[in-house]
Amino acid sequence: MPSIISDYNYWIYILLMMIGLYAMLAKNNLVKKVIGMSIFQTAIIIFYVSISAKEHATIPIIAHHGAAEAAIDVAHYANPLPHVLMLTAIVVSVGTLGVALALCLGIYRRYNSLEEDEIQEQLQ
Amino acid sequence: METITSIKPLLAVLVSLVAVIPIVASGSKPNLREGWTFLAGFVKFGLVVSMVPLVLGGTIIEYTLAEPLPGLAIQFRVDAMGMLFALVSSSLWIITSAYSIGYMRGLSEHSQTRYFSFFAIALSATIGVAFSANLFTMYLFYEMLSLATYPLVTHHQDDEARISGRKYLTYILGTSIGLVLPAMLIIYSLTGTLDFAAQGILPIGLSKSTVAVLLLMCVFGFAKAGIMPFHGWLPAAMVAPTPVSALLHAVAVVKVGVFSIFRVITGIFGTNLLLSLNLGTVLCYIAAFTILTASLIALSQDGLKRRLAFSTIGQLSYIILGASLLSPKGQTGGLMHIAMHAFGKITLFMCAGAIFVATGKKYISEMVGIGKRMPVTMTAFLIGSLSVIGLPPTGGFISKWFLVLGTLEADQITMLVVLLGSSLLNAAYFLPVVYRAFFCTPEESMFEDKVQEAPLWCIVPLVITAIVSVGLFFFPQPFFNLASMAVQTITGG
Amino acid sequence: MSFAEQAPVLLVIIPLLSALLVNMVGLINRRYCLPVAVTGILGSLTASVITLIRVMENGVISYRLGGWPPPFGIEYVIDHLNGLVLVTISFVSLLAVIFSKESIKKELPEKIPQFYTLFVLLVTGLLGMTVTGDAFNLYVLLEISALTGYALIAMGDNRALVASFNYIILGTIGASFYLLGVGHLYIMTGSLNMGDLLTILPRLYTLNVVFIALLLILTGTWIKMAFFPMHGWLPNAYTYAPSAAGCLVAPLVTKVSVYIMIRIMLSVFSPLYVYNIAGLSETIVWMAVIAILSGSILALAQTDFKKMLTYLIVAEVGYMVGGAWLASSAGLTGAILHIVNDALMTLCLFIFAGIVIYKRGGHQLQDLAGLYKKMPVTMAAFTVGALSMIGVPPTAGFFSKWYLILGAIDAGRYHFMAALLFSSLVNAILFFRVIEIAYFEPKIDHHGGETENIVVDEAPLSMLVPLIIVALSLIVIGLYSGDIVTNIIQHSVPQGL
Repeated sequence: MPSIISDYNYWIYILLMMIGLYAMLAKNNLVKKVIGMSIFQTAIIIFYVSISAKEHATIPIIAHHGAAEAAIDVAHYANPLPHVLMLTAIVVSVGTLGVALALCLGIYRRYNSLEEDEIQEQLQ
Repeated sequence: METITSIKPLLAVLVSLVAVIPIVASGSKPNLREGWTFLAGFVKFGLVVSMVPLVLGGTIIEYTLAEPLPGLAIQFRVDAMGMLFALVSSSLWIITSAYSIGYMRGLSEHSQTRYFSFFAIALSATIGVAFSANLFTMYLFYEMLSLATYPLVTHHQDDEARISGRKYLTYILGTSIGLVLPAMLIIYSLTGTLDFAAQGILPIGLSKSTVAVLLLMCVFGFAKAGIMPFHGWLPAAMVAPTPVSALLHAVAVVKVGVFSIFRVITGIFGTNLLLSLNLGTVLCYIAAFTILTASLIALSQDGLKRRLAFSTIGQLSYIILGASLLSPKGQTGGLMHIAMHAFGKITLFMCAGAIFVATGKKYISEMVGIGKRMPVTMTAFLIGSLSVIGLPPTGGFISKWFLVLGTLEADQITMLVVLLGSSLLNAAYFLPVVYRAFFCTPEESMFEDKVQEAPLWCIVPLVITAIVSVGLFFFPQPFFNLASMAVQTITGG
Repeated sequence: MSFAEQAPVLLVIIPLLSALLVNMVGLINRRYCLPVAVTGILGSLTASVITLIRVMENGVISYRLGGWPPPFGIEYVIDHLNGLVLVTISFVSLLAVIFSKESIKKELPEKIPQFYTLFVLLVTGLLGMTVTGDAFNLYVLLEISALTGYALIAMGDNRALVASFNYIILGTIGASFYLLGVGHLYIMTGSLNMGDLLTILPRLYTLNVVFIALLLILTGTWIKMAFFPMHGWLPNAYTYAPSAAGCLVAPLVTKVSVYIMIRIMLSVFSPLYVYNIAGLSETIVWMAVIAILSGSILALAQTDFKKMLTYLIVAEVGYMVGGAWLASSAGLTGAILHIVNDALMTLCLFIFAGIVIYKRGGHQLQDLAGLYKKMPVTMAAFTVGALSMIGVPPTAGFFSKWYLILGAIDAGRYHFMAALLFSSLVNAILFFRVIEIAYFEPKIDHHGGETENIVVDEAPLSMLVPLIIVALSLIVIGLYSGDIVTNIIQHSVPQGL
């Protein structure tokens, strides 16, 4: 297994996830819920990116200047795969954010409020 | 015993199903529509009868329709037991169709097309049960019958019908899904098959409690047999038009119930297994309880159809008693009672309907002196009563005779007492009706002295079945032959 | 380079491109949107059927996108299990899109191009999820179908926006849990390819991380399939969605999530781990029992017909999850068969609901009065669907229940059997309540001599034909259950369960 920096990245992402989860479920304002959702997804993205880091590693781009065509030592480069996966995940999360905000807009136009309790009242 | 394959069983089942299309198509031309019903009835009866000689000769006719699950086929097998039931149902369908015409037109009932269509489907399902080769096929047609009879029971579409319909479904679907389905699956997981076999299919070595539980699940699960406490749907279903009550609840639906139980006792559990585990006695007591209680309740009923309904509940348990005696004569008696009771009871129901069409009366207390106005009907009623009570010269005597012999054979003297006692009760709730209809003073009589019978289409069928009830005393074959053959297979095979 | 060889990827690409085409065509004339959508889905139906036939003849198909070998490239793996599910998805989608013709004209006349774009994209997402053999690719397509689903549902009537918002919050949590689980697997194995994971993971079975990964993925899929108690988003979302969207989403989305769960169980974690080592069977079957009971009881309490159906979906999901976790081959067979059967049953019932909304304007139970006389063909098809839900032979619903109960008996889990029987009885009550209203009301006194002059006013043909096809297929598939099981499902159920 490639050497990992230390375990504190796991704690950070769990903390962020819990903040996001709390915001999504407990907050009244719809936009705050959306922000919570964003934080939640970002926490996972951070988790993935953090696992690709290695001690004394540099960004995974190979320089093609002349003599640098020598053998590549994998341990010198951070793992590019999670980065790439997370690019996709970031796009997904941006899409989700867009849809969620569009829904908020629609709800605001319809109910004139972004507070969940007020909307629930109007629905009854 | 030879087995041949022939498509006749499938055709017998399908005839009425297919007939629904022309019935619906000719909905606006009543005579043509009824003509289709008769045509289907005669073809069905003809197909069934054509197979009788083969079956009496010892051949078994088989046909596999489809195999929805590996090892479980929708399969027909025509043997003596099934043939007996099929003969009864298919012959009585023709009679009831004729009667229906008189009744429905006499009362100008609505939605007659729907009525005749679902009647045809119900008969399809009945013959399907009669000819089922395994428990799965029987279950399929049993459910089909429950669903096909719902529109018939709730025909009047009023509040009363709605409540009765609910009761009907609750008892019948509730028990079949809640008791029969799991029992069927447990049996399948124990044995790997559901085909009826001469000596049952359960493996040896099962604990008594397992077999007992499965047996009780099956017996109570087939609630169409009206075993108490799951009998409540029968009186409730009397809100249906009388021809529906007549065929379905005196002949087809309830007989499907007892026939299924008979099949399961003999073909899945097996007489020997039940004898060795001493479970026949339990069933005898369950049946006896229903016989006595139903007869007692019948005494208290003033509604004629309700009295007949409780009488049916009691009579059905005679058949179960016959099966539970686990002795050859008892089982022969039980099987023959399917036929004898059918002819007797349908006469009684048709009389009740004729009375309603002609006079609008539903309660026995209102029928004093009606014998003067409707002598033919009441004479038929008398004959039907004698058959159900079990007195000669009616067919009912023969089946009761065998049941009595069966109790002696099986050493169940208590059951003998039950049989005799219930016969007395039967007399007690039938004969007074006849007596007051014929023998009463003109002051007591509620009717004028002239004869004013029900329409011809009503009278002729009930006269026919009354004559048959008497005729079966003198000529109990082929029912006797079929029953003996069936019992021989069960005990000898 | 034949169509048959490229079919695995074509069945995703055709609808993807059709979605784009639908949108462009909609700018010109919105009447062309539907035909383009239908063609696209028809294309993927053809491709799915060809693929299934190939799998049945030759065994598992492996298709490498771009020719890159795994674990570098994304691999599409089609075996009997997802071949069957692919055909189901495309068949149901085709019927749903044909149904949508009149429904959308009435409900969303100004948004036709947008609707069909999202519709076809959703189908793409579902097909892609089913066909892929790569865990991360599954996440991407999961989110594609989820996002299009959110948008489709939001197009409904007034409550739809809030319902869709709740759905998006919960759905994102679900998908994120799935992603997290896959991430844990990646850390331990370095691979995202399902086949690869299957071979690498056994060495790691004793580690806690693998167990956590399983739990995370399970939780994620459970939220997506509305497994009780994570079902809260489903009733509102499916009730208030536009009828045509409901017909696509309700039968398919939850079932595909069930498929994902089964796929992860069998092809990533292996039956050995899932049934013997993880030790979750007992608990999950109990959860399934509670799901079935809650779904059924909550359905009883509803006066809104469509909402009643959505609670029944919750119960049906309980069937499938319980069946899959029984650790018996009959149970797993039942669960897989039920994926197909439930998709068809739900489609039948939701098309019926859509017809009622189209004709009567509402979806409360009282809106169904007198339908047997007015729309006999529709009611006949509905009755077949109802009988299938109750579990009456020879409809399809009976046979998947047969296997599920048999599995429960084999595994000795009689509480699951009791829950299934209870659910059948509750379904009988629910559907006969509907049948009563449609049959007995409005009340006419027949003995009073009133004659009714009811004019038969059936649904439009484009709605009726899919309904009839589904109802017939419920009977046909019921009768052929044995063949489906022996020729297709049997190959996916591991031996020795």
